[in-house]
Amino acid sequence: MTMSHALSGYLRADGRKGIRNVVAVAYLVECAHHVARAIVTRSDDTEVHLIGFPGCYPNAYALKVMQAITTHPNVGGVLLVSLGCESFNREQLRATIEASGRPVETLVIQENGGTASTIAKGLEAVARLRTVAGQTPRAPMAISELVIGTICGGSDGTSGITANPAVGRVFDRLGAAGAACVFEETGELVGCETIMASRAITPELGLELERSVQKAEAYYTVMGYGSFAPGNAEGGLTTQEEKSMGAYSKSGSAPIVGILKPGDLPPSGGLYLLDVVPDGEVRFGFPNISDNAEIVELIACGAHITLFTTGRGSVVGSAISPVIKICANPETYRKLSGDMDVDAGRIMEGRGTLDEVGAEIHDLVLAVAGGQRTVSEALGHQEFILTYKAFDPIGPACLPLRRAS
Amino acid sequence: MSAILLHPDDNVLVLSAPVHAGQAVTIDGQAVTVISDVAVGHKLARHALAVGDKVLKYGAPIGSITAPVAAGGHVHLHNMRSDYIASHTRQATGAKGS
Repeated sequence: MTMSHALSGYLRADGRKGIRNVVAVAYLVECAHHVARAIVTRSDDTEVHLIGFPGCYPNAYALKVMQAITTHPNVGGVLLVSLGCESFNREQLRATIEASGRPVETLVIQENGGTASTIAKGLEAVARLRTVAGQTPRAPMAISELVIGTICGGSDGTSGITANPAVGRVFDRLGAAGAACVFEETGELVGCETIMASRAITPELGLELERSVQKAEAYYTVMGYGSFAPGNAEGGLTTQEEKSMGAYSKSGSAPIVGILKPGDLPPSGGLYLLDVVPDGEVRFGFPNISDNAEIVELIACGAHITLFTTGRGSVVGSAISPVIKICANPETYRKLSGDMDVDAGRIMEGRGTLDEVGAEIHDLVLAVAGGQRTVSEALGHQEFILTYKAFDPIGPACLPLRRAS
Repeated sequence: MSAILLHPDDNVLVLSAPVHAGQAVTIDGQAVTVISDVAVGHKLARHALAVGDKVLKYGAPIGSITAPVAAGGHVHLHNMRSDYIASHTRQATGAKGS
């Protein structure tokens, strides 16, 4: 069957194309969270999303991720809400958003009469931003212009048999069509490093892939826990490397063309590993304290959509970019069908094959890119979490295609 | 019994439906009685496993056996461990294993 998938994207001034047209309201310290949240809640608009960073101390990673998220192609305008005395570099963030051609406004609570007055001004600002965002032109968008992320959460013994390899098939197909596909969580690749390295397009990249997993193993060893939750064991997984082998199958079978770090944009189509484990000494705690921190990092790398596989049953979505939830376990699906987009657990019960479920996810990706709401979007899930981290820039071996071009 | 052999080299099967203690099942043509209730997604030994054996799933090692397992036995935290990083349960949270 040949289908013409004529997507229509929101064409941003910087040339990138989005599949949603969100106005982001960003708090720049926890002290501004309530005001920002009240602006979002009272806007009562599914296209107004809350994002933010809670810390008062400066952090280069948090600034980079906030710059990447606020200039994501799904974002049509930004309201920055600052208390006033926090360290977050709101001027630099604003300059980055302005340079991308997006409308941006800043409200500093200490200079705007406090909570009630800032909320009132924020509602007016959101209305203005919505009007400008609403004038964004539409343009034809190819599959090759999509960035798709994948993550697993609440994995169990079914994840690596049903949902994850089904996503692997989708990644192979979208990647072959020129889309950039990003998998992540090097801590969940412990035990797969040698197999994964053999898929790198250059030996130097293979070495970097192995190093990224060794870094993750060392980091998690210091933390005292692998990326392995009690629910994983209750679901039949026994060890980190067993969970890893299942998680790894989300990456499909295509060659790996590069390594990204949070906030780096894939320079071409193809399959990328997102290295989420901080560099240097262990400083700020667990690399990602929960699934949504990983989803935020995928979005910071440009992900238009995240494919979220779950065995035990996650219910989350995300701010900014839609999340498609693919349920690996048939028993979980029966309990939580109202939270799932795809029933991959039917493979366990012989009611479907990996190819059939893969095709269903692929078609759903295109439908969601065309505007169809995911289940978590319809339920109002807009989780967002960003915490402290530290990264060195990626090395020269990490993006061989860019180096060659 | 409904179980999946993911790779021909594997020495564990993954359950696609639960099994119950006392249930008679057939593994590789051998009649085996299941010792305990085991849920979907968990692993059963394809044959007897000895201490130190690598557990193979997806054709890859996923850990080592720490206590003898009979054919059809539940292979999990009580008789195998990671070759990399220790796993933990909700009860054990706070007490690091080795």
